[in-house]
Amino acid sequence: MRKYIINALFFISLVGIIVSCQNQETIDLQNYMSNGKDIYKTKCQNCHGENGEGLGQLAPPLTDSVFLKANKSRLACFIKNGVNESLVVNGKEYMEKMPAFPELADIDVAQVMVYITNSFGNKQGFVPYSQVSTDLENCK
Amino acid sequence: MNKITIYLATSLLAVSIFSACKQERKLPFYGERHAETVKDAAGVEKIDTVYQTIPAWSFLNQDSVITTNKATDGKVYVADFFFTSCTTICPTMHRNLMTVYNDFKANPDVMFVSHTIDFKYDKPHVLKKYAQKLGVDGPKWLFLYGTKDSVYTLAEKNYLVAVGEDNTAKDGYIHQGYLVLIDKDRRIRGAYDGAKADQVAQLKKDIPVLLAEYKK
Repeated sequence: MRKYIINALFFISLVGIIVSCQNQETIDLQNYMSNGKDIYKTKCQNCHGENGEGLGQLAPPLTDSVFLKANKSRLACFIKNGVNESLVVNGKEYMEKMPAFPELADIDVAQVMVYITNSFGNKQGFVPYSQVSTDLENCK
Repeated sequence: MNKITIYLATSLLAVSIFSACKQERKLPFYGERHAETVKDAAGVEKIDTVYQTIPAWSFLNQDSVITTNKATDGKVYVADFFFTSCTTICPTMHRNLMTVYNDFKANPDVMFVSHTIDFKYDKPHVLKKYAQKLGVDGPKWLFLYGTKDSVYTLAEKNYLVAVGEDNTAKDGYIHQGYLVLIDKDRRIRGAYDGAKADQVAQLKKDIPVLLAEYKK
């Protein structure tokens, strides 16, 4: 009987340790998500909406996972430098200019990008700040 | 026994007081006002309050047609000041105003008037494109273009909305995001922050109240 209790306690504590020990990436993701949300609210929400629904044909929605995936390496450039070309999102063409946000540091761009690509029904996982910096260097 | 009678009496009194207080909700009047002596139909002189009204105006609409206050006379309308290249509060304002527009689309007594404050860039064809992309078509929602003087004066003196050019602002202009509710007699009856969902919800509740005033 005693043996059972000791074994049970051992397994429970083992499971507890594993669960509480989230890996660094999960913590980073949560960090980026919460900071990214704040940036989204102040810089993006006016046009793209609280739920990324966009605004008529003036501002595209941010819910097109296929578009976000296909343009993954360009998203950081869009956010920081704005957009001056027409984009097809959810099968509709959007031609309005998107303003640039030069005041955003690379880390801010990374955070808001991770927030967008993991909200509104998107689930594209974590992108580290270093990757975003590389993307930004390669902007056209 | 005595106690019960007192209780009953108090509660009766309370009920009658509350029911007496209940009356139809009426919207306030904004702006300056003064008293004037007027003669009523029977020729009897009496003193009446005269409220601030929106003066006559004439602007180009999104179809480049000269449009005057005749378009809105006899209607309840919501006015606001914006510009098409605005990236701050205007998209939110118009996103919210769109929901009001959709609610009152079928009501011929309600109109919407948006004045651009970007007199350099927002020519009628730009306004037209903006309206279409927002999802608005037809004369129910006017997008008006006018000279700087005429629009800015109208905004500040008559609609009581602050507007201005500002080179330090990101988009070059600053303005308040009020949605101003005007009654059928051109008087200001409400001002709602178009960027705040709760105030826009209040506007949706207030329009029927205002319309009801004219149903007697």
